Amino acid sequence: MNLRRDVFQAIADPTRRAILLLVASQAMTAGAIASNFDTARPTVSKHLQILIECELLDQEQNGREIYYHLNPAKMREIADFIEPFRKMWDDRFNALEAIMKNYKTKK
Amino acid sequence: MEQKTKVHADAGMQDLVITREFDLPVELLFKAYAEPELIEQVMTNPYTTAKLLKFEGKKHGSYQLESSDGQGKVVFRANGTIHEFSPNKKITRTFEMENTPFGVQLEVYSFEPVTEDTSRLNMHVIYESAAQRDEVLKLPFAQGLNMAHNRIEDIMGKAAKVK
Repeated sequence: MNLRRDVFQAIADPTRRAILLLVASQAMTAGAIASNFDTARPTVSKHLQILIECELLDQEQNGREIYYHLNPAKMREIADFIEPFRKMWDDRFNALEAIMKNYKTKK
Repeated sequence: MEQKTKVHADAGMQDLVITREFDLPVELLFKAYAEPELIEQVMTNPYTTAKLLKFEGKKHGSYQLESSDGQGKVVFRANGTIHEFSPNKKITRTFEMENTPFGVQLEVYSFEPVTEDTSRLNMHVIYESAAQRDEVLKLPFAQGLNMAHNRIEDIMGKAAKVK
């Protein structure tokens, strides 16, 4: 898998997380997004490119302008990825509970 | 239904909190973390058997644990040092999976009674970086994907044979 397309890699960067927060409320042009950052415009463009590559952002042409907006389905995927981790701990704690209940009755 | 085990991990942070309520008195819950045979039982699952190579449940103590598969091959080994070991209250320790790139994590376990027969465990885990925490979080996710993939291969393999 291309490392750059990894969504987790994408949200690990603070500027990219800030971009996602910005466009969460409304679709914005690259210029409007860049005006929120002190970083150089090409740097912001690079971040946008990465977010598009991993499908966290969608592009939409509106006249001469390109608007960027959030892809909620992909964001949900990130929220869901924690579930297997939670399930692993839940299974482990269920085992602990069963073992200790058994231990108590044996005594 | 409310989930018994909760995981709280904020984006971009390098820690996470796991909480769980147990249908056990706090003394019995703590015992599962203090008695070597019980620790081994808890860490043993249908696929691997856990064995404590070392366990010193005390301040300045340390531990090392390994898991072997059905053929006796060691598939997992972890170790750490214990900084605090207060019965029925608190364990502070480090945890490191050997031969992996996941680094060392600091774990603070708080045990508290809820009622006479129930208790709560609060686990605060701090990683070396946010990126490292996310790698650990992704592990079961990746394993789940792998298992699903293997199952698909199994099913497809069988389907191919039937043809």
